This record gives sequence, structure tokens and C-alpha cells, in this order.
Amino acid sequence: MPKFMSRNDLLLFAGFSLVVLAMPIWLAPFGAGYPDLLQRFMIFGIFAVGFNILFGLTGYLSFGHAAFFGVGSYAAVWSFKLLTLDAIPAMIFAVVISGLFALVIGFLCLRRSGIYFSILTLAFAQMSYNLAYSVLTPITNGETGLQLTLNDPRVLDAAVGQGFVGQPVPNLLGQQLSGYAGFYFCASFLILGFFIAQRIAGSPFGMMLKAIKSNQTRMQFTGFNTRPYALSAFVISGMYAGLAGALLAVTDPLAGAERMQWTASGEVVLMTILGGVGTLVGPVIGAWIIKYFENILSALNDNILARFWSFLPEGVADVLVKVTSKFVGDGWHLTLGLAFVIVVIFLPGGIMEGVRRVAALFRRSGSSGAKTAPQTQPAE
Amino acid sequence: MANPNVVLHVADVHKRFGGLHALSDIDLQIEEGKTHAIIGPNGAGKSTLLNVIIGKLAPSSGQVVFDGNVLTGKKPYQINQLGIARVFQTPEIFADLSVLHNVMIPALAKRDGMFTLNMMRSLESETGIRAEAEHMLEDVGMLNRRGMLAGSLSRGDKRRMELAMCLIQHPRLLLLDEPTAGMSRHDTNTTIELLKKIKARGMTKVIIEHDMHVVFSLADKISVLAQGRIIADGTPDQVRGNPKVQEAYLGGAH
Repeated sequence: MPKFMSRNDLLLFAGFSLVVLAMPIWLAPFGAGYPDLLQRFMIFGIFAVGFNILFGLTGYLSFGHAAFFGVGSYAAVWSFKLLTLDAIPAMIFAVVISGLFALVIGFLCLRRSGIYFSILTLAFAQMSYNLAYSVLTPITNGETGLQLTLNDPRVLDAAVGQGFVGQPVPNLLGQQLSGYAGFYFCASFLILGFFIAQRIAGSPFGMMLKAIKSNQTRMQFTGFNTRPYALSAFVISGMYAGLAGALLAVTDPLAGAERMQWTASGEVVLMTILGGVGTLVGPVIGAWIIKYFENILSALNDNILARFWSFLPEGVADVLVKVTSKFVGDGWHLTLGLAFVIVVIFLPGGIMEGVRRVAALFRRSGSSGAKTAPQTQPAE
Repeated sequence: MANPNVVLHVADVHKRFGGLHALSDIDLQIEEGKTHAIIGPNGAGKSTLLNVIIGKLAPSSGQVVFDGNVLTGKKPYQINQLGIARVFQTPEIFADLSVLHNVMIPALAKRDGMFTLNMMRSLESETGIRAEAEHMLEDVGMLNRRGMLAGSLSRGDKRRMELAMCLIQHPRLLLLDEPTAGMSRHDTNTTIELLKKIKARGMTKVIIEHDMHVVFSLADKISVLAQGRIIADGTPDQVRGNPKVQEAYLGGAH
């Protein structure tokens, strides 16, 4: 028995890495194999993995995680402006700042649990959003958003005598991070983030988080101070959010306040629930599906729909174009909402529960060869 | 404290809820290694007393002293770390975790204290704790159920597992709140057997109980509570013969 990681964990990790790294290949037929979208898959995957540590493992539903995402973005852009255009210092700076921010907000919000905790996080996030939008304009540049300019000091770059011609862009040791380079940069962080989440879930600490979700009273009477455990989970997930925000700033060095709005906080909740709360892979899949829908469905318009339905008689096709057009373009949220409702009603454990059910079905028919297998298999 | 063997001293505790005197003048001395039962009719204040001991309720006056430490005002986890474990009336367990993990968690609390940030260590490498938990489960006769989800156990098994969760911490004092409430005769008997087995190990226990059969087969000492006061104190035989007890509690029997 290997001490470091069990065989199953190792397989899961290897499989996950492979799927992520090969995304440009296997997503091409679905029209999603272009770097911009792939980068977003990675970034929101990281956001969801981190969110799941708090929501899925510990059972605290935060409705304000976009605040940490936004703080990460601002911190990264400031690092680009003040220090250097290199991505690594920006990432470190962003993770540290968002971690500190999460420490303060988590400390205050974790005095309550359940719905009150959620409301508190929502209040703090909206406060941060409004501050970023108006009062803190010197730091956030208000509604225009914080961007890089030619006149930024960039003391580290200046010290080594690097000058730039044209629009400054973030890089990694001189290598530009646009296109597929940017994707692989983000992918390496998603894989690293997944690995850390996997280690946390399989550690005694992770078991304590699950125990807090299961029964807080017993936890306290067992001799655990649950507050620092929940706070650690909160800070860790805040740091993941900050990392994701920083990566978004690396691929597109512009930080705006709308990143911190409650809709962005709600989106990560949807991703986690859609994919499967408390599972390792589920939140990532949820993030991918939502980002895919957002990009593909919102790009469809009446012309494309008309071509799609053109095999039908004209009158019928017209009606169908009218109806389906409500679900695409600006109306893609309607499709997302419907998909969400269907998943929550029929698969409360998210897409991962569907995967498990199908796998169990295959295993059953595979082992007995027929439908005679008894229904009373122990639940996993 | 006069008696050096006293491990838990409930000193002159009063508890009022508004105008209701839930507990008055409670003075209890629990001796090391003894099984002390607290009995009384419904509404006598038994659960209130237990909640005061464990720190869930603050007494209106008086204090609870455990081994030289004042428990009043301490948090439940601090009280547990002093060596007090509690079995609840309805088992408080981690329903979403496996039986084995349910028992490993208290063992980790005992070893690592109230908070450790051991997130990069693997659970698989905790072979010592795992062996300890499996041994404990064998002791309560549940080793074959270690992989099951705790929430899917029968009521009797949940209780046994909760006992195992307390015992693995080797507490100095074990508090049991109606350990056989709502159980079938069979489950009650297996629980009594189990508690007798623990008794042989010399652990101090306080049992709150309804069921006279359970009390008289386990207790070394009995305190009878009625309307928030202790009306009798003594060995099972003394209590059985006490006319005040007959009147207040066993009254229905004659």
C-alpha cells in the first residue's frame, strides 16, 4: 500500500491531467477547441474546485466568493503595473492578498452558520463590489476597470532594464502567455489545484471538514474547535478564487468591478451544484459546461437556427426558429436555468451522480450479463 | 474537596428558566471509578443537570468542578479535551461518514488536540489510529460494519458506535444520557452488557436513566432527582428502601 496516495487517487489524478491537457484535441469537434474558451475552462475550473472545498466538504454555502476572485484580479494587475509583467509574482501576490482578505471576511462570517452565513458573505461581497465600483476608484479605477498603461512604473522590469514597445502584456520569463501558451499555463494551475484539493480531501484535515458538514455538535463534543477548521477551509477556497482571478488577469490584463458582483458568486454555486457538490471532479465539469453553454449558445442567432431547422416545412421551421431563438443568444440563461432545474430535480447529486448511476448500471449488467441482477446492491 | 476520590463535584448548582426552578441546591460528588446513576420522573431536571455539567447550559449559580478544573463557562470542546465524553439521548454521529471514520475522528481529537492543520498528510498513513479504531469496533462487536455509512445503521448499532467513539478517547468521565432510550429489549440488553464490560475497566460514569432495570444492574450509587432537587442519595439498596423515593418516583408500583 503506497503511503503517499492510494492507487485510485493516483488513477483519478492521472486521468484528470490527461483529459485537461488533451482538451484542445477532444474539444475541437464541439467547436470549443480555441484558446480563449479553453483558458476560461481552466480558470473557472480552479474557482469551482476551491469553492467546493468550502461548500462541498465543509458544508458552508458562501454567496460571496466572487469578491475573492475580483481581489485576485486587482492584485495581479497591480503587480503587473508596479512590479513586473512576469506572471509568477502576480499570481503569488494575488493568492496572498485574497487569502488575507478571506481571513478577515471568513473570521466575521463564520460567527454564524447556515443561511445567516450565506447572507453575511453575500453582504460582504456586495460591499466589496460597490467599494470597487465607486469609493475605491483610486485603487480599482471604478467602472472603467484597472488596466495596464505604458507609463506604469514596473520597478522590477525597469531595474533589469527591460523596456517595452507597444501595449504591455503579461508574460512568463519573457514568453508571451497568449493563445495555447496561456491555456497550458492555466492548465498547469488547474492540475496543481486539483492535486492539492485531492490531498486535502484525503487527509485527516479533510475528514474533519466532512465531519463538520455532517454533525457540528458531535464535532464539538468530540473535542474539536470547529471554528479554525471552517476558517481554514474558507481561506483556502478564497485563495483558489484569488488564483483564478489572477489567471483571468494574466490572460486578459483588465480588472473590472463586475467580476465581484453577486451574479458571479452565484455562478460558481451553480457550477458546483450542477457538477456534483462534494465530489472532486464534479465542480470542474460543472464549470466547463456552464462556460461552454455561455460561449456556444450565446453565439447562436436566428440565421444559424434557420439553417438548422431548414429541413422542415417552412411554416413549422419558422415557428421552431421563433421558439428556439428564445433559448440562445442573449437568452442562453434560460437554457442554463432549465438544465439546472432538470439536474437538481432528477439528479440531486449533480452530473457526477448521473455518472455513478450509469457506471453502476454497466457494472451490474457486466457482472450478471442480464437484467436479473438484484436491485438491492449496497449504496456506495 | 473533602473526599480525595471525588473526580466531579457539582457544587451548589441552581438553574432557573425565568420563574421556573429547574434545579435547586444540587450538590453531587462523583467518585473516581464509580458508576453513578441519576434517576427521577419526567421533568425532574435530569437532562438540565447533564447539560449544566457538560457546559451546554450555564448554571444560574454554583459551579461544576472536574478534577480541579471549573467547567462552568468552558466550551464543549474544552470540556472534552479535559477528559469528559458524552453519549447523547439521540445518538449524535457523523451520519455521512463510514463507521470506521466515525471512530477514527475522536481518536484523532485525542491525539492531535482541538485543531491541527494536517492537510497534506494522507489518511491512509494513519495506520496507528486506524488499527486503534478497528480494535475498538471489535470490542463493541461492530468490526464487520466498519465500511457501512453510519447513517444506515440500526438505532442500537448507532448507540454502540457512539459508545465506541467515546471510549476510544479513554475519557476519565463518561456521561450517558438515557443510553437505552427508545431501544428494543434486545438492544437494551446488549447495551447493558457492553456497559458492564466498560465498568470492569474502572472508568467513571454518570448515567441518566429512566429504565430501572438498567439502573439497578449498573449503578454503584444512585441519586434521585425530583422537582429539581436531590431527594435521596445512596447505594441501589438504600435507594430502593427509601420511603421518599417510593413516594416520589417508584410510587406507581405500590
